[in-house]
Amino acid sequence: MAEYKKVYGIGAEFNSAADLLHAAEKVRDEKFTKWDVHTPFPIHGMDAAMGLGKSWLSTPVLIGGAIGTLTAALLTFVPSWFIYPMIVHGKPFNWATLPAFFPIFFELTVLFSAFSTVFALLIMNQLPKWYHPVFNWDRIKKATDDGFFIVIECRDPKFSETKTREFLEGLGGTNVTLIQD
Amino acid sequence: MSENSQAAPAVQLKTPPELARVPLVTNNRSLGWITDKVSTIVEERTGRWWWIAFLICSPIALMGLCCVIYQISNGVGVWGENKTVGWAWDITNFVFWIGIGHAGTLISAILFLTRQKWRTSINRAAEAMTLFAVVCAGIFPAIHVGRFWMAWFLAPIPNSYGIWPNFRSPLLWDVFAVSTYFTVSVLFWYTGLVPDLATLRDRARGPIARFIYGVFALGWRGSNRQWRHYEMAYLLLAGLSTPLVLSVHSVVSFDFATSILPGWHTTIFPPYFVAGAIFGGFAMVLTIMLPARLLYTQIDDLITRQHVDKMAKIILLTGTIVGYAYLMELFIAWYGANPYEKFTFFNARLGLEGKGWYAWSYYVMMFCNVISPQLFWIKSMRTNYVAVFIVCMFVNVGMWFERFVIIVTSLAQDFLPSSWRHYSPSTTEILTFVGTFGIFLTLFLLFMRFLPMIAMSEVKIVTPQADPHHHPETSPEAAANH
Repeated sequence: MAEYKKVYGIGAEFNSAADLLHAAEKVRDEKFTKWDVHTPFPIHGMDAAMGLGKSWLSTPVLIGGAIGTLTAALLTFVPSWFIYPMIVHGKPFNWATLPAFFPIFFELTVLFSAFSTVFALLIMNQLPKWYHPVFNWDRIKKATDDGFFIVIECRDPKFSETKTREFLEGLGGTNVTLIQD
Repeated sequence: MSENSQAAPAVQLKTPPELARVPLVTNNRSLGWITDKVSTIVEERTGRWWWIAFLICSPIALMGLCCVIYQISNGVGVWGENKTVGWAWDITNFVFWIGIGHAGTLISAILFLTRQKWRTSINRAAEAMTLFAVVCAGIFPAIHVGRFWMAWFLAPIPNSYGIWPNFRSPLLWDVFAVSTYFTVSVLFWYTGLVPDLATLRDRARGPIARFIYGVFALGWRGSNRQWRHYEMAYLLLAGLSTPLVLSVHSVVSFDFATSILPGWHTTIFPPYFVAGAIFGGFAMVLTIMLPARLLYTQIDDLITRQHVDKMAKIILLTGTIVGYAYLMELFIAWYGANPYEKFTFFNARLGLEGKGWYAWSYYVMMFCNVISPQLFWIKSMRTNYVAVFIVCMFVNVGMWFERFVIIVTSLAQDFLPSSWRHYSPSTTEILTFVGTFGIFLTLFLLFMRFLPMIAMSEVKIVTPQADPHHHPETSPEAAANH
């Protein structure tokens, strides 16, 4: 019985970080959009080689940090000023007691920022995602060891099973393989 | 960028050999070699020495936990504290352990921001050490509150008693600082672990290991669209941890500095405590890394003499800062003309006129923290593992005594001679402290056994072949200079 298998994309392996960077530049210049490189470590300059801008992960962290500061302000001032307006340590209970609350402001800002960083990282990288079609390619395991790969997805408007294969081979890619979904 | 590197430079710069940078990974190892050597530590059969170490450390940890249970069920009366000396070994141990944690965060965050590439092979283990040290530290204030089951009052939780924490108190700042520090350290450590857990997942031979590492690797695939955000997240976490680590020991020092007790009431405390924490922490990093390096000879090319040399230099620097703080305290005690402060420093601590009950501990502290690290001015001593280990043991002892000196000598002999009290620790107190070493080492042994103790993906970045402008035909020396 012939089994129908959907195609995810085509993968190619490269010898070194330098080769991969040059190949990625060419893929970018060919105006491919749905593609990625898989490497054991972040390669310096790869974002530019892939035509990707700076990560905007800092935006959610700024928002998270601001929420942290606000939480600390409410947590300290609302009880001190409104619920239990008492003089403790000879310090006032209104806005003038602000310096005594700085450590709490600081700690909660850092705490909320750190959680925002990690959650934003997970959301933006779509993790956890325990199944992904690239894992169907056995060689991709080397991407966490010492392999350098380019994978072009079939969703890409420029994708063609034969031409993309030839293109990747022309860039110096080895083990060019069709990856099943 | 690539165009520039390929164009011939106008002036050929020649680096004299004595100025060439020593490569961080020696013997020009390949990327696969790094993966193999670090992963096999986790994958190979558990060594006999590991079982021996584990069977020694885990009963000690258990003994510590029994002491904690005994203390909780009987009350703080089982300790040697009295009406004058209300803080003693408990808070000494707390400050000691929390300080040790600081070296891990310094290596992982501050050295990252300052682009110290040599940090990559030691940051994972140092960060793990941070977490385990903070676990040990957290035990003491929790049980020191006396009624342990009431410890939740420290958290701002609305309750029917109408009790609300006092946010103006340094003790509450401490609760927030230490718990934030632990949480952020866990997040930072785990973020760093994800790519390496993916490596272990991809190498795993058995289905159980593949499943467990796979779950915790979150499906990491090392794609550049992931690395892009990952690098930013790492940078942000490093940026957040840097002021955090400086704040934690500053806040710990506020516990003392905001009181009016002579010997505690000084403005020098926050920087002095932070320097001391980094000092003691690096000593503890070396105390556990040197034996680990001896047992796993395959990582010799990753943690080299260069790394030990650099850590020894940090110990020398911070030790000297601590020495300056000690002398400055003495100077201010003399110059400030406050009779109580003068008494604390010159009589209680230095033991002049024979009045220092605990003066011996001051001299132990001075010798261990200020004199012994001066050996590191000599390069051959910084790269001699035995000498480094011995000095680090002295520093470990000295940093514990520093906190003992600050806490106990100040409390035991304060303003009124009629309220002076001697203090000596009870057996339970001593065994609890010994037990925390068992907890610390047991956790570290488990970490070495089940997690990659060197950050593989980060070490790979600092190898010459990771540089996209590296060309293998050039000589390794030229690549190292690159």
